[in-house]
Amino acid sequence: MKISLNWLKEYVDITLPVDELAHRLSMSGTEVGGVTHIGGMWDRDKVLVGQIVRLDQHPNADRLRLATIDIGGEQNTVVCGAWNIAEGDKVPYARVGARLIDGHSGEPAVLKSAKIRGVTSEGMICSEKELGIGEDHTGIMVLPEDAPVGASLLDYMGDVILDLDLTPNRPDCLAVLGIAREVAAITGRQVREPSLAYSESGESVSDLASVEILDPDLCPRYCASVVTGVKIGLSPRWMQQRLMALGMRPINNVVDITNYVMLEYGQPLHAFDYDRLVDHHIIVRRARPGEKMTTLDGLERDLTEENLLICDGGGSVALAGVMGGLDSEVTESTVNVLIESANFNNISIRRTSARLHLRSEASLRFDKGLSPELPMYALKRATQLMVELCGGSVAQGVIDIYTGKTEPASIHFSAAQVNRILGADMGLGEIEGVLKALGFECTEVRKGTGVEDPRSVGAELSVTPPYWRTDVRIVEDIAEEVARIVGYDNLPMSPLSGSVPRYEPDLERELREKVRNLLVDAGLQEVLTYSWTSLVNLGKLSRPEGLSGQPLKVFNPMSLEQEYLRTTLRAGLLSTLALNERHYGASSVNIFEVGSVFMPTEGDLPREQMMAAGIMTGDVLTKSWDRSATAVDFYDVKGVIDALMDGLGMVPDYSPVEDGDLLAGRTAAISITGSRIGVFGEVHPQVLERFDASSRPVYLFEIDLAAVFAQQRTPNRYQSIPRFPDVVEDLAVVVDTSTQAQMVMEIIMRSPIVSSATLFDIYEGPQVPPGKKSLAYSITYRAPDRTLTGEEVASIRSRIISQLERELGGTLRS
Amino acid sequence: MTQDTSVDEIQSQALGALGAIDDIRKLDEWRVAYLGRSGRLTSVLRGLGALPPEARREVGQRANMVKSVLEKALEEKEEVLRQAELQRSIEGGKLDITLPGRRPNRGRLHPTTQVVREICDAFVAMGFQIVEGPEVEWDYYNFEALNIPKDHPARDMWDTIWIDPPSESEKPMLLRTHTSPMQIRVMEKTQPPVRVVVPGKVYRYEATDATHESQFYQVEGLAVDTNITFAELKGTLYEFARRIFGTERKVRFRCDYFPFVEPGVEMAIDCFACGGRGCRICSNSGWIEIMGAGMVHPEVLRHVNYDPEIYTGFAFGLGPERIAMLKYGIDDIRLFYSNDLRFLYQF
Ligand SMILES: [Zn+2]
Repeated sequence: MKISLNWLKEYVDITLPVDELAHRLSMSGTEVGGVTHIGGMWDRDKVLVGQIVRLDQHPNADRLRLATIDIGGEQNTVVCGAWNIAEGDKVPYARVGARLIDGHSGEPAVLKSAKIRGVTSEGMICSEKELGIGEDHTGIMVLPEDAPVGASLLDYMGDVILDLDLTPNRPDCLAVLGIAREVAAITGRQVREPSLAYSESGESVSDLASVEILDPDLCPRYCASVVTGVKIGLSPRWMQQRLMALGMRPINNVVDITNYVMLEYGQPLHAFDYDRLVDHHIIVRRARPGEKMTTLDGLERDLTEENLLICDGGGSVALAGVMGGLDSEVTESTVNVLIESANFNNISIRRTSARLHLRSEASLRFDKGLSPELPMYALKRATQLMVELCGGSVAQGVIDIYTGKTEPASIHFSAAQVNRILGADMGLGEIEGVLKALGFECTEVRKGTGVEDPRSVGAELSVTPPYWRTDVRIVEDIAEEVARIVGYDNLPMSPLSGSVPRYEPDLERELREKVRNLLVDAGLQEVLTYSWTSLVNLGKLSRPEGLSGQPLKVFNPMSLEQEYLRTTLRAGLLSTLALNERHYGASSVNIFEVGSVFMPTEGDLPREQMMAAGIMTGDVLTKSWDRSATAVDFYDVKGVIDALMDGLGMVPDYSPVEDGDLLAGRTAAISITGSRIGVFGEVHPQVLERFDASSRPVYLFEIDLAAVFAQQRTPNRYQSIPRFPDVVEDLAVVVDTSTQAQMVMEIIMRSPIVSSATLFDIYEGPQVPPGKKSLAYSITYRAPDRTLTGEEVASIRSRIISQLERELGGTLRS
Repeated sequence: MTQDTSVDEIQSQALGALGAIDDIRKLDEWRVAYLGRSGRLTSVLRGLGALPPEARREVGQRANMVKSVLEKALEEKEEVLRQAELQRSIEGGKLDITLPGRRPNRGRLHPTTQVVREICDAFVAMGFQIVEGPEVEWDYYNFEALNIPKDHPARDMWDTIWIDPPSESEKPMLLRTHTSPMQIRVMEKTQPPVRVVVPGKVYRYEATDATHESQFYQVEGLAVDTNITFAELKGTLYEFARRIFGTERKVRFRCDYFPFVEPGVEMAIDCFACGGRGCRICSNSGWIEIMGAGMVHPEVLRHVNYDPEIYTGFAFGLGPERIAMLKYGIDDIRLFYSNDLRFLYQF
């Protein structure tokens, strides 16, 4: 909502500088998002309203003219290159020395005396851009005909526009008068309410029109007046100016008045051409199923029973509270006007405007819930202006069907109740002072008795909010009113007291964060991708395990890319890979993401499965001055998994597995004590192609963190540092090439005396028989309680050899 | 006499030869030549038996003297050469210390994760616990129970992404628009005192631009107890601002509106970039808005069967990406989910 400071000053005296006013409004809840000064830089005595009394050709230039400007008893000749002006036009005139905006550079500049093609220009006439109020520099700004010649332009049209960011609880602030009340309360002034007086004549309104409300639940009140003999024309300049300042387009005097009063009071009004209302009978009713109506914007609307209609004897004439109809619109030939000022149920208005995608200045006020007391004030104001500005006469009385009238509810509270919320120490008098300034009616009563006695100790206040404050209902609302006017920053501030709640750990979360740390430690970069995806993207992958049927569908996706909730992290990671390779110039991509995937559950919220997944491709060691690059391979990824599991205190097992997105024979299932927790392997080239990723080997791992969490974590226990020396020996065994290293390792590790073994060489070639490979281990023997003898080590070693022979057909490599 | 002369000769020849040696490996050669078992001086000593007794004594003494002279000279020479060798090896081992080092691969947490942790840590230090909730929520938790019934005008404050079937269904499901639903879920399960912070992803039906994303994080907070006041809300959030933005920070509280709190608050900090004088970061106001907050609305407490006559509390919510943008001077929120590694590697 935009507010004109000039208009505002009609209702309240403002002595504060504008910036200070804007600040105080913002602090008290009426946020001022921007301040625009119209003419803030104009010198009062140098920028004036002028009239062009003569236009002559410049003697030395075809494209220039000499304009003689009258500024009231004084005439000056200026050189002018614009062609949108004529003799008689009123224009802004600036004397030499005036501060203006340079039309070309856009920078502030002081107007200097200048000789243009041999003629001295005595000042200049200005474009909107030169005046700093617009971007238009193509022509001179032409002022209205009634602009007072010789007057300071600043006095004539200078203003300050406040751009307010209002909150939906304060429909009363969608009005200049509402803001005036706020300003009055925070600056300690009184509001001057507009006059509502006018004289009535002729017939009684009830003889001219009647109103019938068939659905009073949607229309608690309907007020109307009839003004006859109006002359349709332009509204006065001041009204047009104010409407435009607040962003509305002037149309004609009758429509402008309804808009003006809406901006003034916040109550939307509608003016009907009285003579076009069939039977002069207004019926307020729900639309019938299948009923249609053409709104002012020329569109035919399909209606439902949720929509409220204003009808006459012939049918619908307006979509109540949202938009008028074409058939009863005020036109140039209108003579008699029926003004509607009604209150409509805000939910009905909300649903109607939402369903029809039709939001109007009226609907955005109605849908926040306006006071049913408001229509009468606004009706009288509009009627008064109609008489004053359109030359009409008013029928006697007003129509007022008010079935939804409720007694204003009062709020009882003590100072202690307010202080309990605010942590302050305010007296009842102070609270009362604030509330009275806001227009609340306050009565002090003795606690509990309801008897008025301001002197009694422990008194309570009984307050009734003013009619326009529909948002204040409970003592917490009162506390806010008091706090915001006193100023939040002027209230006490103290550290949090009270007891700290009992510790309830979220172990799953702790595990997840630990996984993040460990993957970062392993050299991977964390990414966060979107939770949504498309069927196309998901279709590039095999179907995730545990997903039957469709992924969860978004009802109102922003785009097709966001139509489904992800069931896997793979798609996001592979897309991120492709994006970084193709657009961001990345050569090595080692990334991971930890996040939820969404598995639909019939009739319930989806199962949000916490996953960790990563992608590794490119170089594990980059090219450097002393070494060449080393590409990532399967075992680098396995090493990351090992390190991750070790960090979690778990020992993983790996077994060959098939996965639709990974290459067979280069894929391993990760298990902890027999339960599968994840998978890793080389991504299938076809999958990479579908994601438009590079063709180099790309490795992917994926771990179900819920499955990891379900595993018992081996607590880290201290083991005493060995007191007796290790014996380290190498052992090379020749086995079939198909034998898995893990099988050899298991045999070696069987003896408790073997404390560790490291595979340090794998050999296939002429020195071993075809179909065989040699695996060389460095084995560490250790006993906790003694120094091992050579015989002991030899006997374990020979047992290992014989078991390798027996179980794997292995032979000692000589 | 000839023997005598020859011993002196040996000495001078030996010392001369020793002086010419510049390589420690050649010293042994010299030792063998003069002092070895078949060396020249040894030969003299061995030949003593052929001399007359008098000469034998004299030559013997002389030869032994020469021997000790040569041995001492050898020792000294050896030391000199060793020192020289060491010096040479030190000099030869000089490195170009400006060559690049071999960096271990370093991963980084996403800047959002880092800031979420910072925020949570600040509140954990004040006795808050971290809890999380579902990203797909019921309308009830996201709106209804937070005092935002269906058709409430305040619903316009959150453009919502709905899950199929849409909002007309009996129990509408949505992508949570804030992490505030956890206020309800936490209070449903526990009794006061409550002090929690709720980090997590939230979603909005919103076209993206430099300052708007449709997916981002939020950290929600809630404290409920028997005597929690507005003053404590201010104090707690002030302490938070000091921890995150520096102990010299000033804070400002203004009235704002959120349906689930009353009174409603917006907190700003004085601009850390310009110290309050006004700059681009603070839009020349000197203040930067960082979070919304307020005293928990009694309707919200009633929804979870807390008696508002007994309990009060405050809630707050802030956006980690916005905090990260302020802290690091990031000018486009879309960078957070574009996952451009050139962006992510900077944190
Ligand atoms: Zn600043």
